[in-house]
Amino acid sequence: MTQTAPRVMQDEEDVLDVRNLGISFRTPAGEIPAVRDVSFRIRRGETLALVGESGSGKSVTSLGILRLTPKPPFCSITGQVLLRGRDGTVRDLASLPEDEMRDVRGRDAAMVFQEPMTSLNPVHRVGDQIAESIRFHEGLSRRAALDKAAGLLDLVGIPDPRRRLGAYPHELSGGMRQRVMIAMALACEPRLLIADEPTTALDVTIQAQILDLLRRLQERTRMAVIFITHNLGVVAEIADRVMVMYSGRVVEQAAVRPLFRSPLMPYTRGLLRSVPRLDFAGLGREPLAAIPGTVPDPLEPPPGCSFGPRCGGFLPGTCDAAVPPLEEARPGHQVRCVRWSALTGEAA
Amino acid sequence: MSASSSVAPPAAAARPARRRGGALRRFLRHRLAVFGAGVILFLTLACALGPYLLPFTDTHIDIMQRFAPPFSGAHVLGTDALGRDMLARLLMAGRISLLVGFSAMAISMVIGIAVGIVSGYYGGVVGTVLMRFVDAMLCFPSIFLLLAISALINASVSSIILLIAITSWMEVARIVEAQIRALRARDFAVAAEALGASDRRVMFRELLPNAIAPIVVAATLNVAHAILAESYISFLGYGIQPPTPSWGNMLDSAQSYLTSAPWLAILPGLAITLAVTSFNFIGDGLRDALDPRMDGR
Repeated sequence: MTQTAPRVMQDEEDVLDVRNLGISFRTPAGEIPAVRDVSFRIRRGETLALVGESGSGKSVTSLGILRLTPKPPFCSITGQVLLRGRDGTVRDLASLPEDEMRDVRGRDAAMVFQEPMTSLNPVHRVGDQIAESIRFHEGLSRRAALDKAAGLLDLVGIPDPRRRLGAYPHELSGGMRQRVMIAMALACEPRLLIADEPTTALDVTIQAQILDLLRRLQERTRMAVIFITHNLGVVAEIADRVMVMYSGRVVEQAAVRPLFRSPLMPYTRGLLRSVPRLDFAGLGREPLAAIPGTVPDPLEPPPGCSFGPRCGGFLPGTCDAAVPPLEEARPGHQVRCVRWSALTGEAA
Repeated sequence: MSASSSVAPPAAAARPARRRGGALRRFLRHRLAVFGAGVILFLTLACALGPYLLPFTDTHIDIMQRFAPPFSGAHVLGTDALGRDMLARLLMAGRISLLVGFSAMAISMVIGIAVGIVSGYYGGVVGTVLMRFVDAMLCFPSIFLLLAISALINASVSSIILLIAITSWMEVARIVEAQIRALRARDFAVAAEALGASDRRVMFRELLPNAIAPIVVAATLNVAHAILAESYISFLGYGIQPPTPSWGNMLDSAQSYLTSAPWLAILPGLAITLAVTSFNFIGDGLRDALDPRMDGR
């Protein structure tokens, strides 16, 4: 912990500063770049939504931040992942030794997974599972850790928390389990919470409860949240900023309002058009549009813009010439498309 | 919304807390397993306490009473060619045989679990090398391996235990490896890692307890196997050496009197059969009792 030199992080309020993150997997078929040149920052109390189709690299990005991807040589991580820990020190997670990385996980940054049904160990009582990481990171006794665990269960809205400590995961419903998972993640009051599709596996009503819970907890602790989802309705509900990913690259990044009002990247517009709308005004006006085609094979990416083959505004010679740069279209609104102003009819 | 978050989903609230000892209940319903457990308990107690209660020690030679048949005099189960009390010898032999069985099982479990968990968790080169070594060990017919090594070394109880242990850990290693490899990919293992758990913690606290059922079953079957293995090598004269009795070498010395004094062979043979089948029954019972899919039936 002593050898990590203080890194440059412009703003005291910044919790995470990811710079040029690249993650690639080594497979028998060759090196697969799953994430390329991803940079973003999150401030305290802010929620960043990571959006994209399956295979866009959003989950790999989140796993890569905590280095939960397979160990080298199977997977290599490049770039910098600067995290301001609970004690205020800034560490580069991309180059931190594994044993220090273990201290960071669960203490400075924690994660909630998609499947609450399988993310809890079936043979341990939930109280012990929550207490485990408290004892591990804070060196509390079992009794003190269990007391704290009961407080956490209360915090995440589980009634009769004392009794629930002794429950096994199979005795709890999906929503309750996800609450337990959130309690586990929050046990050591991390600065950063990564939620990888935490509501996807839940009923719609429970989804709303969990989102509400996350928002209340965030207000209380001012933690930064990375929220990974492919549900744009959830994004509108919870996010401050949105980062859209496509085949491993950030293709658009903006605050949630401008992104929903005036998306610049054709892919984002396609995503928004493919959301079923239930409001009356939207009925019958615009047909529900799917984006044709699928995410390109990462081993044989198309030349130039990787969305090109599926894009309605594809212009041969322009779009397939080179990978478009991430361009600051407006203040705080970045887009990776050379034709965005032509396609949206706006001036650059 | 904040009000509704304090309402328990009814399914979870209505379900009663898991009855502790559900596995024990299922085990007790398995009649043969209960019988096996009773027999093993009886044998263990008899072998532990019995010799103190008998008027004869296992080495006391009553030369006037050679080949006394069972139930014919002072010696309840008769005497052998030297006039030694059969019951005393059976019980002392039981001590050795059960000791060999349990100790060899314990050692083979430690080796097997260690090899299995490391190769299952890390996989890759480490896992491949370890598991190919297991395969190579399994290629030797273990009885010949046992005989070959025991012919070379000085036979004693501890060396026999070690010998049996190092020829019987491979099955356990394979079971554990397969279990851990499957569990490794489960979400809760990744979730534990995401909360800062070390490799060792994930292996032993998160994964191993989930694999306990097949391991316990393998352990009971291993005891039976070890008792049998000890009998083989002692019967063939390479194992426990007289005058220390074991069920195996009692059978060996009974060979010449099969027709004239059949009880010399029948009694230790019966003891081996009883012990081995009982352990197998216990193994069967545990397999059913610890199977989580049997829960609630």
